[in-house]
Amino acid sequence: MPRLGGGKPKNMGMTVKRLLSYVFKGYGFNFLLVLLCIIISAVAGVNGSMFLRALVDDYITPMLKSGSSDFTPLFHALVTLALIYLSGIIATYLYNVLMVGVAQGVLKKIRDEMFNHMQTLPIRYFDTHAHGDVMSYYTNDADTLRQMISQSIPQTFSSLITVIAVFFAMLKTNVILTALIVVFVFCMMIISKKVGGMSAKYFIHQQKSLGKLNGYIEEMINGQKVVKVFCHEEQSKEGFDVLNGELCENMYQAHKFANILMPIMGNLAHVQYALVAIAGGVLALNGISGITLGSIVSFLTLSRSFTMPISQISQQINSIVMALAGAERIFTLLDEKPERDEGYVSIVNAKYDGDRLVECEEHTGIWAWKHPHGDGTLTYSEVRGRVEFDDVDFGYNKNKIVLHGVSLVAEPGKKIAFVGATGAGKTTITNLINRFYYIADGKIRYDGININKIKKADLRRSQGMVLQDTNLFTGTVKENILYGKPGASDEEVIAAAKLANAHGFITRLPDGYDTMLTANGSELSQGQRQLISIARAAISDPPVMILDEATSSIDTRTEAIVQKGMDSLMHGRTVFVIAHRLSTVKNSDIIMVLEGGRIIERGSHKQLVEERGKYYQLYTGAFEPE
Amino acid sequence: MIKKLLRSVREYKKASILAPVCVSMEVIIEVTIPFIMSFLIDNGINKGDMSTILKIGGIIVFLACISLLFGVLSGNFAARASSGFAKNLRKDMYYNVQRFSFANIDKFSTSSIITRLTTDITNIQMAYQMIIRVAVRCPLMLAFSLIMAASVNKRMSLIFLCIVPVLGIGLLLIAAKAHPTFEKVFKTYDRLNNVVQENLRGIRVVKSFVREEHEKEKFADVSERIYRLFTKAERLLALNGPLMQFSPLMQFSIYFCMVMISWFGARYVIGGKLTTGQLTSLISYTMQILMSLMMISMVFVMIIISRASAERIAEILDEKPDIVQPEKPVLKVPDGSIRFENVSFSYASNKNNLCLKNINLEIKSGQTVGIIGGTGSSKTTLVQLIPRIYDVTDGTVYVGGINVKAYDLETIRNSVSVVLQKNVLFSGTIKENMRWGDENATDEEIKNACKLACADEFIEAFPDGYDTYIEQGGSNVSGGQRQRLCIARALLKKPEILILDDSTSAVDTRTDALIREAFANKIPDITKLIIAQRISSVKDADVIVVMEGGEINGIGTHEELLENNKIYREVYESQMKGDE
Repeated sequence: MPRLGGGKPKNMGMTVKRLLSYVFKGYGFNFLLVLLCIIISAVAGVNGSMFLRALVDDYITPMLKSGSSDFTPLFHALVTLALIYLSGIIATYLYNVLMVGVAQGVLKKIRDEMFNHMQTLPIRYFDTHAHGDVMSYYTNDADTLRQMISQSIPQTFSSLITVIAVFFAMLKTNVILTALIVVFVFCMMIISKKVGGMSAKYFIHQQKSLGKLNGYIEEMINGQKVVKVFCHEEQSKEGFDVLNGELCENMYQAHKFANILMPIMGNLAHVQYALVAIAGGVLALNGISGITLGSIVSFLTLSRSFTMPISQISQQINSIVMALAGAERIFTLLDEKPERDEGYVSIVNAKYDGDRLVECEEHTGIWAWKHPHGDGTLTYSEVRGRVEFDDVDFGYNKNKIVLHGVSLVAEPGKKIAFVGATGAGKTTITNLINRFYYIADGKIRYDGININKIKKADLRRSQGMVLQDTNLFTGTVKENILYGKPGASDEEVIAAAKLANAHGFITRLPDGYDTMLTANGSELSQGQRQLISIARAAISDPPVMILDEATSSIDTRTEAIVQKGMDSLMHGRTVFVIAHRLSTVKNSDIIMVLEGGRIIERGSHKQLVEERGKYYQLYTGAFEPE
Repeated sequence: MIKKLLRSVREYKKASILAPVCVSMEVIIEVTIPFIMSFLIDNGINKGDMSTILKIGGIIVFLACISLLFGVLSGNFAARASSGFAKNLRKDMYYNVQRFSFANIDKFSTSSIITRLTTDITNIQMAYQMIIRVAVRCPLMLAFSLIMAASVNKRMSLIFLCIVPVLGIGLLLIAAKAHPTFEKVFKTYDRLNNVVQENLRGIRVVKSFVREEHEKEKFADVSERIYRLFTKAERLLALNGPLMQFSPLMQFSIYFCMVMISWFGARYVIGGKLTTGQLTSLISYTMQILMSLMMISMVFVMIIISRASAERIAEILDEKPDIVQPEKPVLKVPDGSIRFENVSFSYASNKNNLCLKNINLEIKSGQTVGIIGGTGSSKTTLVQLIPRIYDVTDGTVYVGGINVKAYDLETIRNSVSVVLQKNVLFSGTIKENMRWGDENATDEEIKNACKLACADEFIEAFPDGYDTYIEQGGSNVSGGQRQRLCIARALLKKPEILILDDSTSAVDTRTDALIREAFANKIPDITKLIIAQRISSVKDADVIVVMEGGEINGIGTHEELLENNKIYREVYESQMKGDE
């Protein structure tokens, strides 16, 4: 859905400055060249319209008077003119070629910076911003920006130069007539602002009703099958007609005012022409301000070259304002604060040299914490996967705490399950372990190290994740598995796939491991996609695994297949499981029952059933797990 | 195709005709004005005749006013015509979509229907407005200006004859060359969008696998490709910049004419064959002629671009609903019995790829039937044939002893109430949503239906009760609540047959049991078909059908099937293991 009518940018000055800094940083020289080309091009144009005056006053009239037929001076003048024109054309061409590079280059830089910056943002940012909206930064907003850099700014600049040049030329010819024109142009600008304002007003209405209609269409078409099953077509049409009619009316108004702007400006220019002629005539005949009849003619031509660029500028202003609003949105993204990472403990491959753990290059299957100390020494300890929560509080915002005093210990190799209703805080807990979110109070320790001290990248690399939404990427099956461990060998990929119970169906795909997958995943069933995402987690061989509703969207028979993959994946690791099917949870070492952000019960399946508490109710189906 | 689209103009025909008429008038006056201006210069200013200046100046102002009037009118009519045309087109499409069967809907994806209804229509609207204004204006302007220029001086107008073809061919060549490159640019833009979208969606995966660098590389690669393609495409256009003022080709044409007119003009003026006024008017015509050529080339490109949109719109308008009303429809469903006779079905009407194979099944009115089977076993397909959501490929489905194809569509769909697997609630209050089932339902009836579906309790717990506003897609109620609301909505239809397609999957087992109990006690006469994953949901049904690979694998009661059906037993055991 398009965003509603672009609001006015709040801090135009800063935005322009920042934008220009992009232009000048990488393309300063080229941009100056561009400006130079624009000046040459504009001056050549102005020169041309001035020549007409010279043609009549300096060549034709004297020749008529003297009766001479010597065209050589005129010929020379025309050759000079042609040369000036030629330089103008070349300058324009150069401008076009250079400008493309500048505009596209700046755009690429902004785009890349946006994306790179986006990768550093905390998960919270992605939670709170609609994806469609973020995507439009890269398309709509970037596009208005491109238009502004490559069209609006140069045109305004060129028009400005033309206006200034013509203004002085007019001033030189006659002051009074110039004053008349300035007053007239001023009136024109007021009118154009009025009409343009009306148009803009309705354009905003139009965008709003377009948004409403889009929303309606989206909802109805998405529910089209329900509409059909309930024979609700007529009502659906009625609702549509109302919104469609409203949109049509606003569209009509917006376009009407936009359409009549040009005829108004054009015809006012005609009126101005007649007025100048009459005023000039009066002045000349009464001998005021020393104007000659000949100069009225040239003044008339000049006056037209004066109004044209002005109406062009007034047309550009709107699109510049819109583009600046887009730029401002882009800059807000760039100004979002990235994730903090104050960690210094890292994870390295290690091997045992006798009793001592030493760092090594190659992959040994043993990972070690590399712990630098203040005195410059290093200590190593093996990564085992013991996770401990010590009285942890957390809230997505400060006023609303969703986890209260959570304490738990996950010993290496144990399976910890979380159960509870939606919103009880199950997923939140797992998102704290890998520091997607920062805790408000308490401590989380990983093999005894406060996770704040661990480098975020290493922390996350040591934890595999399988989520309900598989989120495979466009690319081959192999590339998707390699996502978990870039640079792994084919053997490793196959081993991971076998571990996840995915090897069998992958080899039956038309291109085996090289089968292309797309994001919407029409090539594979949901279960198969999940198996690949399990293989992706398996290949990185992490000491800790997080399985968040990994099998929820699969039917029970398929789940049985996936489960085999999961079981072998879980073997020998610390595993956190979230599931609403109790069959998935039952064999966990400890089950935590969450309610309202608190752990209300904990223990093994057997213990909890005997306790006859919430878990027992849940287990016997007395309340809804989801 | 164009004709098909134009059928939607309808009541805006008048505006569509008046717009170009007004444009033509405007053009005629606009072309006359430079002619009169030359007269003003020659007979007024150059002769110092104030009364002529005043008179002709007055005429110019007068003409400008008329031209302004026509300009405003034409702008108005064009806006009216184009926005009206767009409205009708959108309406025609939407109405046709409402006639679509499920098969039609499946053919176009939802998002594609939405784009066609929005972006594509906007493209067509812009093109239409361009055509009735600019496409009329420019050729007229070109023709009139050429005529006027020729009438001022025939020999001089030959200059235009030289430059017009050069400019015209140049513009076309550039457009033809740049167009394919731009198409490539747009495709690459799709790639860019795809990368960003996947990244946004999978940001948790990206971050947990610490693959930010990889994502950045992927993005930088596409970004670089766009940069290169775009630069290449725009360099091709460098000869004809996006703005008239920055088009070297236009500048060349204008300047060429100026120099030529100045040279020959001066000779003619001195030779007495031309006046200075006529010279200036010739220059005005030069501008008008070249400008209209430029605009024509723009319209040309615009039409090419909008052609794709027109095709996409026509596709929707052309789509014939493949389920049609019978000629003499039966308006009453006698009872809730169902019979499948040798039914086969394929979504693609392809007999080699059948989703249902030779199904024979008889269900008595008032029976409760459970259907169970793995994903892809065509359970949903089977039940969708009953209310004619899809039509059988082979065989016959009878409801109440009558072929479903003989019923009035609305009758059969109202008598067979389906709660779809992909449930949707619409934005509006709970009551409004309930009234989808029965527009005239009383509050009492709504409450009863909700009680049956075990929804009454949680609805009453909402502060606004039945007037609680449901957000789009029902995002402010839980999955289980949504399912129960959908069941209540379906019950309000007072159907003969009720089909629940995995509609209680998110409802806890106890509530699920309560709903089934209520069904058995309160609506015993309604035939109930229940598709479920959980054995517990179908265990007590009169008959249970086990589906596998599009065929019926077994029919019987729970006990019978446990006895003699391997699949059923397997499913039962896998579920009981977790529940013991």
